[in-house]
Amino acid sequence: MSRTALLVLADGRFPAGGHAHSGGAEAAVKAGRITGAGSLEEFCRGRLHTAGLVAASLAAAAALGLDPVELDRAADARTPSPALRNASRRLGRQLMRAARAAWPSGELDALAGEFPKGAHQPVVLGLTARAAGLGPEDAAHCCAYESVSGPAGATVRLLSLDPFDATRVLARLAPEADLVVRQAVDAAHRAAEEGIDALPAASAPLLEIDAQAHAAWAVRLFAS
Amino acid sequence: MHLDHTHSHDGPPAVSADAHRPDGRRRALRIGLGGPVGSGKTATVAALCRALRDELSLAVVTNDIYTREDAEFLLREAVLPPERITAVETGACPHTAIRDDISANLEAVEDLEDAVGPLDLILVESGGDNLTATFSKGLVDAQIFVIDVAGGDDIPRKGGPGVTTADLLVVNKTDLAPYVGSDLGRMAADAKAQRAELPVVLQSLRAEDGVGEVAAWVRGRFAAWTA
Repeated sequence: MSRTALLVLADGRFPAGGHAHSGGAEAAVKAGRITGAGSLEEFCRGRLHTAGLVAASLAAAAALGLDPVELDRAADARTPSPALRNASRRLGRQLMRAARAAWPSGELDALAGEFPKGAHQPVVLGLTARAAGLGPEDAAHCCAYESVSGPAGATVRLLSLDPFDATRVLARLAPEADLVVRQAVDAAHRAAEEGIDALPAASAPLLEIDAQAHAAWAVRLFAS
Repeated sequence: MHLDHTHSHDGPPAVSADAHRPDGRRRALRIGLGGPVGSGKTATVAALCRALRDELSLAVVTNDIYTREDAEFLLREAVLPPERITAVETGACPHTAIRDDISANLEAVEDLEDAVGPLDLILVESGGDNLTATFSKGLVDAQIFVIDVAGGDDIPRKGGPGVTTADLLVVNKTDLAPYVGSDLGRMAADAKAQRAELPVVLQSLRAEDGVGEVAAWVRGRFAAWTA
């Protein structure tokens, strides 16, 4: 396993479309739920333990070799908001392009063939990790970290938040993210034994509701 | 995605820059239009569409910064049928979407080819940005940088990647030069000094066939692409 491959995949500059998404931060800023570093941290903590845990579990399961088509259905079932499903598939498609360029693999080609308009992003991420010679824990780390780094980066732009404050929020959340990764990897192993329903289905209703409203805004900086 | 192609010695080209579609046909020529806010990129795209739509199968991708205004302007002006115009959202960073992470734009051009193709030409318009914003070669085959006389006649002298390296530099709104005190001769001379042999067009879209020279340049690129 290559540690450096993990850094390539987790790099914020990895060209997979994430820069255009705020992970719900834009809607939360507008609603007054994120106003500074403190509320950003609370928002990220909530997202980490819900959407982040689910995404990390799906990615870990895909990296472990569970059927990606079944995992994609599981992702649909765990994403009530059509806007978020759409965003996840678009990001999955963008990640697929970068992944196939970086780590060509038959499994990625097969999933791209199955979902030409994009499979869910965490599923693609799990398969990308496999193609890069990485494991379930690495894939889960990427997802868990992305679930908080996206909103933090977006909030720097949305609120002109001090970037050092935003980075401190991420650093403070790191031990919790490690915990979520452990839960996700355990769940993926359980799903391998007991079936995909063993994956967590935590949900953050406000993220889902806000995403629907946000998708209808006429003026916005971020795609989601 | 032709990962099995024989590639040149400097490694495989970006999967995205592959000149052929998965079905083997040559894909559309992609031309990027970049430049500062308000310099006339969208107006130039609209004029190009009117000039070329009867001879080429055309589509447009806009990269708005926080609205769909540019796409909506083109729709309102009815320069092309709506299914030939797509807007990409850029997350407050227009230059990222055309240079550092081109994935959303590539999907937009591919979806246009799937939906209304085969296409001859796709114009990719950047959101208004700064003088350093250039398009990735993985996204476009050639790029036009649009500045205008009212933005200051020292812009060609200041240079920067857009002014210096774009395949075509357009100095727009020449009709305004007397009103804003811009010296067109100086702009042309500075541009020439910055760009050596690369072409420069001074245009006013208010003039009869104002986009004519740029359209002729696009026709030349298309002829070379299909040769």
